Amino acid sequence: MSKQITIPFGPQHPVLPEPLHLDLVLEDEKVVDVIPTIGYVHRGLEKLVEKREYTEYVFIAERICGICSHIHGQTYVQGIEQIMGLEIPERAQYLRTIWSEYSRMHSHLLWLGLFADSMGFESVFMNSWRLREHILDDLEATTGGRVIQGVCKVGGVRKDISPEKLDEMVKGLRGIEHELQALMNVFLHDSSMQHRLKGIGVLSNDDAYYLGAVGPTARGSGIAIDLRETGYAAYGKINFKPVVEPDGDCYARCAVRAKELFTSIDIIEQCVKKIPDGPVDMKVTGAPDGEFLSRAEQPRGEVIHYIKGNGKKNLVRHRVRTPTFTNIPPLVTLLKGCELADVPVIVLSIDPCIGCAER
Amino acid sequence: MMEPQQITPISIGEVVTKAEQAKKDGNRLVQIGCTKIGDDFEILYVFDKDYKLTNYRITVKQADEIPSISGVYFGAFVYENEIHDLYGIHVTGINIDFKGTFYKTAIKHPFSVTIVKEDDSCQNK
Repeated sequence: MSKQITIPFGPQHPVLPEPLHLDLVLEDEKVVDVIPTIGYVHRGLEKLVEKREYTEYVFIAERICGICSHIHGQTYVQGIEQIMGLEIPERAQYLRTIWSEYSRMHSHLLWLGLFADSMGFESVFMNSWRLREHILDDLEATTGGRVIQGVCKVGGVRKDISPEKLDEMVKGLRGIEHELQALMNVFLHDSSMQHRLKGIGVLSNDDAYYLGAVGPTARGSGIAIDLRETGYAAYGKINFKPVVEPDGDCYARCAVRAKELFTSIDIIEQCVKKIPDGPVDMKVTGAPDGEFLSRAEQPRGEVIHYIKGNGKKNLVRHRVRTPTFTNIPPLVTLLKGCELADVPVIVLSIDPCIGCAER
Repeated sequence: MMEPQQITPISIGEVVTKAEQAKKDGNRLVQIGCTKIGDDFEILYVFDKDYKLTNYRITVKQADEIPSISGVYFGAFVYENEIHDLYGIHVTGINIDFKGTFYKTAIKHPFSVTIVKEDDSCQNK
């Protein structure tokens, strides 16, 4: 047996967008053990339920993450609405669904760019982010915000989108579809990409399930978990199938995200065809008295907002379990047995969002 | 509206057995979370199979020790270290035990203190 050495990876590293530290135990170039450390950016946002009214707290919930901000806000208000027994207007449900899918596209394009960058594909990185600008422009035009949208509120949404704009959004998405396809051809069919990703960082089906993997990390290992199938917001009225890849390697996780871009376009188009006229919010009185585990599918996977209220304006507890938090144990398993040179690509393949995980 | 959820109260001694049964039944571990209620702490174990949640709750004091389920679900260590660091509840037998260094907090066990003003009534009422 070779002598074991431990080397630190992160919290500052060229491929890491956020602070995660890993102690990598190596034998020669092979990783034999991994100890993860987070805690560098723990903000304790959940504690603010004690200082903010439940209606104001949605602004805090949205700021848990700068990428899936809309879906955090949506999951939080869904939980409050469930406890209070509110049936919000159908148009608001469709609008939430449309913005959720835009959020997914902007997150996946951001990740695809970073992933390409981690492998040295600078032009692919820039093209991914160029196409992401189209998505961000539509988000900004319809919500007023590129990063923090601020449109969800308890009882509905704060903004409506005109029928003309909705049609324009679908035309715009269909307009960039061929460019997205050309970009995905690079990710999925380029020989260098395949050489760099296939067979690297394999997570078996069983490990993915019992270690708690969610989102593309689980679906890339053949686990068809996609919370959108539960039918929250308007997803129950939309036809779609979760994208699942069986191989469990970095390529499979990349392929899931790449293909989900097109699923999102289809979902948005269906929403625009089916969205009914009507109000986008309702009057809300009282305060939540009860508890609920509100779940939704973020770009990185299942997010949970546990909400407990006692009929007063401040909640008793708001606890968020983000997808990255539960994808850390699978990451530890993924890295065991890999080559040191593959560590950056494998870490990035779970799309880690540490700011989100630490709240 | 989504389906209503059931939470089953269990004792500390049943935690590992219930986790083992949940795994045997094909559930994945969704989360473990803690809530401070008065002087007590509620710990909620959530499992999922085919989008159906199974929820178990134990109610403990801060001085109580609770057993780790990381021997059943390896990934439980992230939740159990979090509960220890934020609430000060000791979890025994965690597979990767950070011994209080999982989160670096300015105040020790910050979530074990509640600062809510109990007499505030809702402005919307």
